[in-house]
Amino acid sequence: MKHYSIFSLTRNALSHHENWTEAWRSPEPKPEYDVIIVGGGGHGLSTAFYLAKEHGITNIAVIEKGWLGGGNTGRNTTIVRSNYAIEGNAHFYEKAMDLWRGMTKELNYNVMFSPRGVINLAHNDAQVDAFQRRGNTMRLNGIDAHWVSLNELRERVPLLNTTKSARYPIFGGLEQPKAGTARHDAVAWGYARGADSYGIDIIQNCEVTGMKIENGKMQGVETTKGFIGSKKVGVAVAGHSTQLFDMAGIRLPIESHLLQAMVTEPVKPALDTVVTSGAAHCYISQSDKGEMVFGGDIDFYNSYAQRGNYPTPEHVVTAACELFPAFSRLRLMRSWGGIMDMSTDGSPIIGKSPVDGLYINAGWCYGGFKATPGSGWVFAHTIAQDRPHKLNECFSLNRFETGHVLDEKGVGPIAKAH
Amino acid sequence: MLIKCPWCGDRSLAEFSYQGDATVDRPEDPMTQSDAEWNNFLNLRDNPKGWHDEIWHHISGCRKHFKMRRNTVTHEIADIKPMDGALQGGDK
Repeated sequence: MKHYSIFSLTRNALSHHENWTEAWRSPEPKPEYDVIIVGGGGHGLSTAFYLAKEHGITNIAVIEKGWLGGGNTGRNTTIVRSNYAIEGNAHFYEKAMDLWRGMTKELNYNVMFSPRGVINLAHNDAQVDAFQRRGNTMRLNGIDAHWVSLNELRERVPLLNTTKSARYPIFGGLEQPKAGTARHDAVAWGYARGADSYGIDIIQNCEVTGMKIENGKMQGVETTKGFIGSKKVGVAVAGHSTQLFDMAGIRLPIESHLLQAMVTEPVKPALDTVVTSGAAHCYISQSDKGEMVFGGDIDFYNSYAQRGNYPTPEHVVTAACELFPAFSRLRLMRSWGGIMDMSTDGSPIIGKSPVDGLYINAGWCYGGFKATPGSGWVFAHTIAQDRPHKLNECFSLNRFETGHVLDEKGVGPIAKAH
Repeated sequence: MLIKCPWCGDRSLAEFSYQGDATVDRPEDPMTQSDAEWNNFLNLRDNPKGWHDEIWHHISGCRKHFKMRRNTVTHEIADIKPMDGALQGGDK
């Protein structure tokens, strides 16, 4: 791997940028690997990277049916945070935050991590109480949290509609100051380049069509490029987890739902933090290019379409314009959809499966991006040691049967409600 | 997406609420269920990529429930029936 630095940039500038080498190879699959990772998004690529870096396993293939980061890694709204309250979630997501802080240096690739703060708006007294309690819980867990009063909010986010006549009057907000955003494509590319530098094969345009399991033990996967053998297979394909585990005869507590997001035309800097409103169903930030990036709820019906229906964007845009009246003059440039693994308790599943050598990384609902480095880090440990790390013991698949569910929102076993 | 409510006719998706998989039946007697059987009812889903039988609620209309066979890839609707009807059509 060529190290990226001011010197390599200068050297290549002198040769008119014609001699840059490819960031990763495009090899044909070998007949057998020590580990196969299915899914070339952020989670799969970071798993491969940490298997090599932390556990010394380098004979690995990452198999991707499309292109790297073409699924939910490239379709999210790039928000990175760890403002969780319940045990299990809090420590896991904070581990991910630690890895975000060092990611650009660790990968020698600028992921443009920007800890600009994430503010959750409170719109009534009950929300103020609940958010302050969550903030206190976060601080007890060693996660940064800060209550933003209405006056401070007016200074921090001047375009926000803080008048009393607002449809959802704002009472204040809970901020995680060290949360923020990151460039999502760069995360996939950075991990891919890092994994490739350890000799890991990244195989794109290769779809897994079946699994070979003998006496309950994993033997390998059938793909559109032929059979590839491996005693250990980790699956990180959120959106299509049901289909992959169906190949192993395993039913999952997951429904696939559609989530839409959109961006406006780019404008000059106007919003230097991330603002979210659970009551109005909207989260919004400004990208480095100047676009307002926002999203809201899922479409609330099962879907694999990667494109949505009109009522949801209408609802999200209405909320955005209510929160930021000035944004009503911006034009929408693009909207898109992604397919979410909605688990029935709203938390992810990372661990072993009933098949020996088959590992599951699924059920991210719409919070997978922020977990990317932490997810790969614990999943690599789970695969390498054949047992979960302390941080992902609580995310086991059998928690749904034993009743040890992690329902952060407290809405019960309804996938679409999380 | 337009949905043809059996009582109100074609109405916008915005008037409806999705209520889940219509093929899941609550066990008659929860007390006799094993943890695995209860998990099967409460959490595990077929989650098909293609035709899916579902329950919908015309929540901002006549407020009646009905069944619908819909394709989860194309969003095409094959059949809509009252709750006691049998869904037909699609490739299912």
